[in-house]
Amino acid sequence: MGLTSADHRVAAVDPSSQDGWLTTRLDFAVNWARAGSMWPMPFGTACCAIEFMSTAASRFDLSRFGMERLSYSPRQADLLICAGRVPLKLAPVLRRIYQQMPQPKWVISMGACASTGGMFDNYAVVQGIDTIIPVDVYVPGCPPRPEALLHGIIMLHKRLMTERLRDKTRHVEIEPDPSSQLYIPPSRIDELSEPFGNSVHQTRSNP
Amino acid sequence: MTTPDSPEGTSALPADALPVAGTAVAAPTGEPATLRNVAHRGGPANPAAAALAARFGDAVLRTEVVWGETTVFVRTDAVHDIVRWLHDDPAHQYDYLSDVTAVEYRDHERPIEVVWHVRSLTYRRFLRLKTSLEKRAALSVPSITDIYSGADWLERECYDMFGIRFEGHPDLRRILLWESYREGYPLRKDFPLRGRFSRAEQLKQALAADPEARYSMEELSIAQAFDSLPVEMQQRLAADRAAGTVPKVGE
Repeated sequence: MGLTSADHRVAAVDPSSQDGWLTTRLDFAVNWARAGSMWPMPFGTACCAIEFMSTAASRFDLSRFGMERLSYSPRQADLLICAGRVPLKLAPVLRRIYQQMPQPKWVISMGACASTGGMFDNYAVVQGIDTIIPVDVYVPGCPPRPEALLHGIIMLHKRLMTERLRDKTRHVEIEPDPSSQLYIPPSRIDELSEPFGNSVHQTRSNP
Repeated sequence: MTTPDSPEGTSALPADALPVAGTAVAAPTGEPATLRNVAHRGGPANPAAAALAARFGDAVLRTEVVWGETTVFVRTDAVHDIVRWLHDDPAHQYDYLSDVTAVEYRDHERPIEVVWHVRSLTYRRFLRLKTSLEKRAALSVPSITDIYSGADWLERECYDMFGIRFEGHPDLRRILLWESYREGYPLRKDFPLRGRFSRAEQLKQALAADPEARYSMEELSIAQAFDSLPVEMQQRLAADRAAGTVPKVGE
């Protein structure tokens, strides 16, 4: 992914007639650099992490996509890859890891369990990590094959290439709701985690 | 003469000690006793069962042999003495505790059973102890952490999942779930699979837990790990304790 000759045509146009043309070029260069050197932090809790290891190993070779270096510290990471189910006891840990990552940051939710809770529709497992942290790409599968994860990473690259420096939202830390400490409203969480598949509907009582 | 490495070299042990408990049971068809053709019910009981009945009398309620494994049902208040005797008696030496757990049956009337699995490495024997707890009464059994240190986390897990209190346990807190978990005891039959609270409420409570406040001073000192910590960590923990930011036992 490099600057093609077509990209140099922008310089030939009269700057005054192209509002912000310099910003557009900088966007492209910055996005190109970011997409080509993303540092992922694996957060592997289950079998999806095995597939992630396979993705990073020589056969599928994550380093082809500029992910040569896996970051095992959130403070030096751009991309959080949550691979596997997340128990409720781990929820504050995942939240803190996400908050320790510097902006701009992205999250891939890898596998059915990280995305929805999967088959673990029970008292102990978070029903989708998007109820704890914002997620950019969901990779379906149980577990997804390495090709699926690579597809998700390329999707993220494509999305990243469309970002604009003018758009500040990517660089602002999203603060959770102060009263509930949740990123999305409680009613929506309950709606998202309604039973699906062969789950049985059970009575609940509010505290 | 027996050589030291031959099976007869262990002649200090009783004759029935050598085979594994399951294989000592004669098959009903007269075939060789293997783990595949052990009788479902019946067969020779573990010698500890008769010894317990002779020694503790009424405290031993009955004995069952299922698949060659002996289960002794005992009275709740006698559990500690019985386990102590099994552990200390030179003729039994049940020196390894493999599990402490509990069973709740679908039948609402049936009491909850607490189960101890003990093993004698010396005599290669396995024994299961069970005691019944009425659900209407307080669920409480004696702790055996003073006999087996390994019972510590097993009893904590049993408390976490069933709400059974082990009297005399030095640090009875939840172990798998976080300490501020308020929904009850998940392995009880009246516990709904998805928990009692709404998903949003569950998340709110889980996120409110501090991931770094899990270890108490008691936990560190029980493991005798506190003295081996670096000095600055000892000071930090002591300061946290004084400031009340580290939960104490039973809170």
